[in-house]
Amino acid sequence: MKAGSNLEKVLSAGHFAVTGELGPPQGNNAEEVRHKAGFLKGIVESVNITDNQTAVVRMASWAACKILIDEGLEPNYQMVCRDRNRLALMADILGATALGIKNVLCLSGDHQRFGSHPESKNVYDLDSVQLLAAFKKMRDEKKFLNDKDLDGSPDLFLGAASNPFADPFEFRVSRLAKKIAAGADFVQTQCIYNMDKFRLFMKQAVDRGLHEKCYILAGVTPMKSVGMAKYMAKFVPGMDVPESVVKRLQGVDKKQQAAEGIKMAIEQIEEFKEMEGVAGVHVMAIEWEHRAKEIIEGAGLLPRPVVD
Amino acid sequence: MIVGDSKPLEEILSMIEGREKVLVLGCRGCVTVCNVGGEKEVGILASALRIARKKAGLPPTVEEMTLERQCDPEYVEELADVADKYDAIVSIACGVGPQFVAERFQKVPVFPGINTTFIGGALEHGVWAERCQSCGNCLVHNFGGLCPIARCSKSLMNGPCGGSASGNCEISPEVPCVWDQIVQKMSAMGRLEELEQVWPNKNWLTARDGGPRKRVREDLKQ
Ligand code: SF4
Ligand code: SF4
Repeated sequence: MKAGSNLEKVLSAGHFAVTGELGPPQGNNAEEVRHKAGFLKGIVESVNITDNQTAVVRMASWAACKILIDEGLEPNYQMVCRDRNRLALMADILGATALGIKNVLCLSGDHQRFGSHPESKNVYDLDSVQLLAAFKKMRDEKKFLNDKDLDGSPDLFLGAASNPFADPFEFRVSRLAKKIAAGADFVQTQCIYNMDKFRLFMKQAVDRGLHEKCYILAGVTPMKSVGMAKYMAKFVPGMDVPESVVKRLQGVDKKQQAAEGIKMAIEQIEEFKEMEGVAGVHVMAIEWEHRAKEIIEGAGLLPRPVVD
Repeated sequence: MIVGDSKPLEEILSMIEGREKVLVLGCRGCVTVCNVGGEKEVGILASALRIARKKAGLPPTVEEMTLERQCDPEYVEELADVADKYDAIVSIACGVGPQFVAERFQKVPVFPGINTTFIGGALEHGVWAERCQSCGNCLVHNFGGLCPIARCSKSLMNGPCGGSASGNCEISPEVPCVWDQIVQKMSAMGRLEELEQVWPNKNWLTARDGGPRKRVREDLKQ
């Protein structure tokens, strides 16, 4: 056990894991975090708390993580390299682990250019691979990046993201391999709509044995409407939404589109359960936390296993 | 070379407002090559200032001069006899020019007439692109000769990130993703697997992060 988090326990016991996601508010409204957390309690192993997601300023991820812990849920602390240098990143992880946070997801972060403060100065002192390596060093060697000893050690279950749909495709599995080599214990993928491409990606990952070195969780985001599908297809970088997905949603009555989106997510999860190398799903129902249960229950994943 | 952009005329006019005698000072270095600060541009800017100031009923005295380089004290010294005659010097060299002139001549106010933008090169006539951030420890040979520090929007050494799409960077379809180009170049050279190496955190001490830099070449000093 690296950190003994609930997520780590469930995965290492061989269960098909489920993680959720929660975006903190654009303000300091703790009640909103509690409210959203209520929908996810008991239906996922742990909940990703986004970190200034899409470069929009929000309540600090570690703080929302702490609220979650107080509510009896387990957080995955997302950290982006965009906003802090290595001093701040290491300081924050020490603080976060002192508060009881055990899972961390290391990301480079969306560029600030299209966020809420495009004029800001970015940092990118470390990249996501280097951040994984830094935290692995702090955990395994009890040392800072400068090789000096640290007092105590942050027990961490280290996560990374992987986007099988970004370009160049021929390097996507290599990039995953790099993250694993740097220290990733688990990986959550970008939301998947192009199943053919994802199958190809997983086959390449399995051929290299990457699924044996790290738990791979497939990303699922239900489509709420045709509008959302079209928007994602067109404007979200690195997102691959095939025409067939848009068509299927168009094929149903407007009022039925959300239900159809959820049905599609459930079908996907059924397929992931059978797919070699997939250790679980990461259900990202951002601003739709209240519908996560329908999906997870619909896919036959409730109740969640209890592992001691 | 160092690439620059002319400041808008209105901005320069408001900088020198209330100054009687003005010198527009050009440079024959980089800014001549990128057509913003050489002798020709000195002429254009000076006459535009004259016309505008005359129209506004202000003193139109605007004189012209172009140095071989403004980043070299021996050329800046050519101003020794004339600098004091002016109430304002508008330097259209890169940012080094106004500073060298200001440091050498204590009493004359110096104004930048251009915005210094980046170290880059010409892609075609009239088009320049950034290529280097002078990080002080060049690594491009490891990345197919292309620089991920200056040319990746996130300076990723272990890229490409998840936002790379169709050869473009996530920030804009107008910005090429250099990591896409790095992968292609390394692949063409049959060296793709080299990119699987995990690059450790970079030492930025040699970059601007280590404080303002200075280079001493004892062999060249007199
Ligand atoms: S590695 Fe550093 S010195 Fe070399 S091109 Fe890039 S920024 Fe410039
Ligand atoms: S898309 Fe490419 S250039 Fe842009 S930040 Fe990502 S890796 Fe860097």
